[in-house]
Amino acid sequence: MRLTEHPILEFQRGKKITFSFDGREIEAYEGETIAAALHAAGIRILSRTKSGRARGLFCAIGKCSSCLVTVDGIPNVKACVTLVREGMDVRSQRGPGQIDPHFRPRTAGPPLEQEAEVAIVGAGPAGLSAAKTLLEHGIRPLLFDENPHPGGQLIKQTHKFFGSRAERAGTRGVAIAQELIAEVRGEVELFSGSQVLGIYEDEGRVLAVSQGGRLLLIRARYLVVATGAEERFLLFPGNDLPGVYGAGAIQTLMNVYGIKPGERALMVGAGNVGLIVAYQLLQAGVEVVALVEAAPTIGGYHVHAAKIRRLGVPILTRHTVARALGEERVEGAVIARVDERFQPLPGTEEELSVDLICLAVGLTPSTRLSEVAGAKVAYVPELGGRVPLHDETMETTVPGLYVAGDCAGIGEASTAMLEGRIAALSALERLGRKLRDERQAAQRELGELRSGPFGERPRRGKEKLLSLMKEVALG
Amino acid sequence: MASFRETGVLSEEDLAGRVPPLERLRRGPCAVIECVERIPCNPCADACPFGAITIEGPMVTPPQLDPERCTGCGTCLGVCPGLAIFLLDLSMGEGKAHVTVPYELLPVPEEGEGVQVISRAGEALGEGRVVRVRRVGTTWLVTVEVPEEWVFSARAVKVVCDG
Repeated sequence: MRLTEHPILEFQRGKKITFSFDGREIEAYEGETIAAALHAAGIRILSRTKSGRARGLFCAIGKCSSCLVTVDGIPNVKACVTLVREGMDVRSQRGPGQIDPHFRPRTAGPPLEQEAEVAIVGAGPAGLSAAKTLLEHGIRPLLFDENPHPGGQLIKQTHKFFGSRAERAGTRGVAIAQELIAEVRGEVELFSGSQVLGIYEDEGRVLAVSQGGRLLLIRARYLVVATGAEERFLLFPGNDLPGVYGAGAIQTLMNVYGIKPGERALMVGAGNVGLIVAYQLLQAGVEVVALVEAAPTIGGYHVHAAKIRRLGVPILTRHTVARALGEERVEGAVIARVDERFQPLPGTEEELSVDLICLAVGLTPSTRLSEVAGAKVAYVPELGGRVPLHDETMETTVPGLYVAGDCAGIGEASTAMLEGRIAALSALERLGRKLRDERQAAQRELGELRSGPFGERPRRGKEKLLSLMKEVALG
Repeated sequence: MASFRETGVLSEEDLAGRVPPLERLRRGPCAVIECVERIPCNPCADACPFGAITIEGPMVTPPQLDPERCTGCGTCLGVCPGLAIFLLDLSMGEGKAHVTVPYELLPVPEEGEGVQVISRAGEALGEGRVVRVRRVGTTWLVTVEVPEEWVFSARAVKVVCDG
């Protein structure tokens, strides 16, 4: 169901169009993804596995491959990041899908080559902030993002941001995204819906980018990788049913496309993401039946917890989701108390009537691109998993390759913006600009944002990376 | 008693030293900042036009309010990302209180309308009457008239739809 009103957001929908899904005509609006339009039409099962299990949307940002469909004869297309077009023929697939041997795709032309001093991968808070910083110093970067709309996860944040006023605290995330995009639009060459497939050496660094069926070959002296993060998963029976979503997917459906993701939700995880998205579900008119958290205490900020508690959402610490109910889609959930080792305690199970289970159990950095470029990574639990090693200038073990934002260790949008700025300033220093003072000021600001008890984990994680970097430097 | 880190609900002890004195509330509206953790946030202190909110030391220090400088203007309610600031007013006497809460849901209540008044723990305290609705930035501020006894417990309102 499409939302027509929202307390914070206004949904601007494009022209009405129609496409087909398994032969059925579906109405949609230009600017919607296939997955969003199908959800609005009440379709949650997008494909099936080889053995016939239903598959639906999970991450909604092109990272998890749970939503693969066949589009105009091309199998394994991500429904979550592919925009609908008038007359598009979308089909669900079974397993990996099939290619008709007589099928010939339209050719989009020979590879295009382009050069840039700096290329940025990812147009979220870190990437946009890097782009803006480069522009301020007369460098026009190329900016790539695999999603159809720039702004990363900022475009779905209806809450006002924490941090300092200088880093736009007190402003809603969605408004920060609009400001950042407006500041670089027209100046930066932005490639949306463009996936960077690989990075390789050919007398310098070359990025291979797939854009609208065409191959772009980009030569860039310096590269800022700001690819963000992906949602962690949780092990429980029924966790693959359509209706089990990552928190980010729920935000995408509700806050980007204005689509109500369900009627009654169970939220799993009381970190900031779980608390914030539970509140956003209430804002979209979805009932949040309960929020469960396996840890003995709430992990996120108290003020976020207070918002949903006073609106009547129970927060059950030391509880987890034991299983999802339903054959083809979520029809309920069983929750249970857990023991000290987070195992469900027999006899404490309780059945909830929900059509939505939202997982907010943490994020892990998206490191694949840095890895194919040869950056060394290390497992740092404080930063969410495997992270490219980098120093305080955000440079990895590959000279000229910088990382920023969640892909360099899970943090906040405000710290991501600062890291993007630091990475850009470091690249500019390499290009001969005298910007050391400016960079160090940004590093100090970052340190202040990471002070206090909630900054302790990322602070410790980054310290670990620094000492690992020194070991690498010493050989 | 369980701590707010387990329940999400602040107790009177958690708020000790942060609640304006009754004598101040009898003179007119005053903010109460229910923000007790060390989190990196400072827009309230920047936004206050009267210098009534200070953050001493690093940014993660919880804000302190000077009730004598606070005029009850509500600017801070509109910028607080945690929606953790409320206005309390006992100046109307007659055993009544006005409590102003930030509101970001639909439908937005109308002035004169009866609404359900809710505690920090989400429990319904009873009915209150909306006396003022305004917007600060992109947040609505809803002022509700309630019995004086609820002044330290009423922290949200809910529009009750008929049928």
